[in-house]
Amino acid sequence: MRSDKKFQIFSHIVLALFSLLALLPMILMLVSSFTDNNEIIKSGYSYLPKKWSVYAYEYIFSTGNSVLHAYVISVVLTVVGTCLALSITTLLAYALSKKGMPGRGILTFVVVFSMLFNGGLVPTYIIYTNVFSIKNSFLALLIPGLLMNGFNVMLMKSYFVSSIPEEILDATYIDGANEWQTFFKVVIPLSKPILATVALFAGIGYWNDWMNGYIYITKRTDLYSLQNLLNRMMQNIQYLSQSSSNIQNANVGLSAIPMASVRMAMATLGILPIVIIYPFVQNYFVKGITLGGVKG
Amino acid sequence: MKKRIRRYFPVYLMALPGLLYLFINNYMPLPGLVLAFKKFNAQKGIFGSDFVGWKNFKYLFATKDAFVITRNTILYNLAFIVINTILAVFVAVLLAEMTSRMKKIYQCLILLPYMISMVIVSYLVFGYLSSDNGFFNHTILSALGKEPINWYMEKKYWPFILVFVNAWKVTGYNCIIYLSTILGIDRGIYESAAIDGCSKWKQITKITIPMLKPTVIMMTLLAVGRIFYSDFGLFYQVPQNQGALFSVTNTIDTYVYRGLLELGNMSMSSAAGLYQSVIGFILILGANLLVRKLDPDSALF
Repeated sequence: MRSDKKFQIFSHIVLALFSLLALLPMILMLVSSFTDNNEIIKSGYSYLPKKWSVYAYEYIFSTGNSVLHAYVISVVLTVVGTCLALSITTLLAYALSKKGMPGRGILTFVVVFSMLFNGGLVPTYIIYTNVFSIKNSFLALLIPGLLMNGFNVMLMKSYFVSSIPEEILDATYIDGANEWQTFFKVVIPLSKPILATVALFAGIGYWNDWMNGYIYITKRTDLYSLQNLLNRMMQNIQYLSQSSSNIQNANVGLSAIPMASVRMAMATLGILPIVIIYPFVQNYFVKGITLGGVKG
Repeated sequence: MKKRIRRYFPVYLMALPGLLYLFINNYMPLPGLVLAFKKFNAQKGIFGSDFVGWKNFKYLFATKDAFVITRNTILYNLAFIVINTILAVFVAVLLAEMTSRMKKIYQCLILLPYMISMVIVSYLVFGYLSSDNGFFNHTILSALGKEPINWYMEKKYWPFILVFVNAWKVTGYNCIIYLSTILGIDRGIYESAAIDGCSKWKQITKITIPMLKPTVIMMTLLAVGRIFYSDFGLFYQVPQNQGALFSVTNTIDTYVYRGLLELGNMSMSSAAGLYQSVIGFILILGANLLVRKLDPDSALF
């Protein structure tokens, strides 16, 4: 028993250290966002700044600048994207869970093969820009890559197969319900955990995505999501720091680059929704990964 | 048969939006892979462009880049597999033995970095490494009386930085699978071991670790199947696309991206893309066949 106690203490110490390590970078970001900008220039990003300030947040919320606009884009994108993604994923997964459906094997193969082999960036980019012309439109943020993936479909399908007893479905058909009624009245209510999991995966995917905007939004900066805006700012900083001659060329850019504390405030706002929502949905997330087993 | 198809008509209708999306997003681009054998001409389009055979590949493999991106992609993945597995198993074992309510809080915090976008991760890293304002240069190195380091110009540090950042981000995620395996082990085994006077340490090394072995093997195999793919965000955002670091940060994914959108070198880019698709496919297929032999339930197909 004594060794047990010692082990518990050891575990607590080690896990507390790991947790702290996970948090430290975010704490630095949070503290920096509340630090006086001159203080950052003088002594760098610090955990214990000598002078605090809420100027960064005042600046963001008072100037009504691109930050709030990008925030709105991110929120709209995440809500619309998650709803669409959840709908088409659930419908396809339900269809694939139908044992008697002719062609089920082929359709399942179509989904699985999409997880194993893909054309990669170049052909995908050409299709989306030349055939569908979605460059510089909201659709470019919404559609490429993120809307549905084989992993979520298979995850949901196996949930439907294993957790919704066929007897219940049969009983509703006998009662005269059609396929859609069965789907909405029986299947959906029985599948809340997996719906929450897939919605969560999709939502995080949309909120965090920067690549679609980076690749497809080249002119319409009013369509930038928060991630794209953050990304663009970091690029400008790098561009200027690389050589001083760039500064003359980028006078416009220079005034457009917010101060160090404002940047950190923007990044803080970028993870704020996740940090707020995450503790409540963590269980669904963990369950989803466990359900997916080693497939993830 | 006809009757059955009619009976399932609504179900096909349900499958339609998803299948349509897969067709657009995953299948329509596939014929474009042929571009690897062509000299791309924007006016003529993919199929009108002139056929050049293996020329693009000959050029690609004649450059130093082909070797560098393949080496980087594979070596980083190997380092990730080894280090992330050790960390994830370690954290999972400790979490599984936790009896207090703190367990949930620890898990929550360790998983949090996984939820953060790579752009913001690059801000976090910049907070430490920035040569002007970075925490390392300003606080740590100056306290030690050392000269500041221009982190984004010195490539010798980056293999370590990237491995560390990756471990920081994914350990919480990876340990979930191991944790659920451990929690699935029959507690009776531990109880009888404890009655026989087995210490906690012995229980872990003699029961938990051996029971985890199949899961570790499975996860490793699946990771090896993906060894030709890299996390574009990690290798592009975190080093901030710095040219001075390319020789240690360029992977197949970043190379394809730069070829396509920064350098306009479509031929090289599509050749490297096909190279990745084909070898990646063979590796995933092979890994899955092995997994299916060992444990059919864990196989992808």
